[in-house]
Amino acid sequence: MATAQSPEHSKRSPFVIVEDASLLYQGEQGVLALEHFDLSIMQGEFSAVVGPSGCGKSTLMKLISGLSRPTAGRVVVGDAEVKAPLKNVGMAFQNPALLPWRTALENLLLPLQVVRPHRERFRVQRARYVEQARMLLTKVGLAGVENRYPWELSGGMQQRVSLCRALIHNPQILLLDEPFGALDAFTREELWDTLQTLWQEQRFTVLLVTHDLTEAVYLADTAHVISTRPGRVIYGCKVELPRPRGSEIRYTPAFVEYVHELRAHIGRARDLL
Amino acid sequence: MNWRKSMFKASPWLTTISFFLIWEILCRLLKVPPFVLPAPSQAVAALIEFWPGIWLNASHTLLTTLLGFGIAVIFGVALGVAVGASPLLYGALNPLLIGFNSIPKVAVVPILVLWFGIGTPPAVITAFLVAFFPISVNVATGIATTEPELEDVLRSLGASKFDVLYRVGLPRSLPYFFASLKIAITLAFVGSVISETVASNQGIGYLMMAASSTFRVPLVFAALFVIAAMGIGMHAIAALFERRHTRWAVRTLDRSNFAAEG
Repeated sequence: MATAQSPEHSKRSPFVIVEDASLLYQGEQGVLALEHFDLSIMQGEFSAVVGPSGCGKSTLMKLISGLSRPTAGRVVVGDAEVKAPLKNVGMAFQNPALLPWRTALENLLLPLQVVRPHRERFRVQRARYVEQARMLLTKVGLAGVENRYPWELSGGMQQRVSLCRALIHNPQILLLDEPFGALDAFTREELWDTLQTLWQEQRFTVLLVTHDLTEAVYLADTAHVISTRPGRVIYGCKVELPRPRGSEIRYTPAFVEYVHELRAHIGRARDLL
Repeated sequence: MNWRKSMFKASPWLTTISFFLIWEILCRLLKVPPFVLPAPSQAVAALIEFWPGIWLNASHTLLTTLLGFGIAVIFGVALGVAVGASPLLYGALNPLLIGFNSIPKVAVVPILVLWFGIGTPPAVITAFLVAFFPISVNVATGIATTEPELEDVLRSLGASKFDVLYRVGLPRSLPYFFASLKIAITLAFVGSVISETVASNQGIGYLMMAASSTFRVPLVFAALFVIAAMGIGMHAIAALFERRHTRWAVRTLDRSNFAAEG
């Protein structure tokens, strides 16, 4: 059971800390994407961030992964302050961004060819890595399509491959930027369950950025609402729903209550505009 | 269904044959004198009559062109990769490159002759100068248009700039590269023939100059046919390479053909 509030959980210090971070994009006007931003994520926690479009959700991902540096404040992942791009992150976006010249299986192998220490071992232990990739593909229901190219796969299948690619190397943190945004409702719900199952098995630390409130409540341990630009966390709540969560839970009063609460704060965020 | 398929296959032959047929008929009907515009049949007659000489010069031009083209591929790829991978270099070299490409290469030939003398070297260099530009531009475009998401994915895996280039930039620029080869090879012919026309005593360009100065216009046209044929042949080889190596990029073409079949 994954109520994120088990006793030893709350005693530990957070795995990811974003502390009073601001980020000003240089440019003609100089857009202030985030301001006095505070967020923390526990090891193994599933954290979701929701907010109106253009609130700097993607910027948050860049800050945590170290691809951008905050103009003020600091970001800590693990025990160290993030000063350069992290070297073992998993990322997935709305656009699956697969390599069209590689099959599904070969796309999965990409992180293993790049991340240390796998890259040094890759040539020698290729067979082992291929087996590992196959197992992961099977787990997300893609057995039998390993050797197809991305353009031979449906959108949902491509997104599954993209998700697997973000996980194959056991990343220290998984960053998801609206990964299900472009899928139809049914496929999206299937992928929620796929992601939930993987997370329950492996307990990686996740930050999911989304504008789908149902998605946030369904998947996350903790949901945060961000205001419009410059983005700040204006509300956060623990989602205390039992796992594994199934589709029927979305119609329970408790679930609907969480969604309403988030919606109310989003409304406030937009009024602040 | 099958009719459409064979129509697709036959269309290039039909248009080409019709083109020459109309040309032939018009020449005969209007009684155009051969020193103004010879009918295709007259050009072919000249082709057969002067074949040994044409072949000698044509093979020389072919070698010249391929040499220039080869240098253009090496230089063009190197420049394209450098410019595509570095926005700074792109900005720095862009005005020079565009300016250089705007210069008519026929104007450069006299300078090359001053430096290297009359003959093969200026022709090789002219072929190179005309052909490298599209290769560079295409390779650079392929690399520079790498999806930012993909770059983020790789950089947050600890990838170096070189890793991103090697794993993503170079493979994704391959279709652009092969597409540019088809343009570059035909341009290389233009370059070498121009140079031969201006300053050479060998090659198909020289042959044309010699023939036109003695009003043997059918021979001029025979030479033009040979150049065109060599261009088509080289283009076909480049296209073959393209299909072999970048099947993933030409899939839409395959699909539309497939649809036409179905």
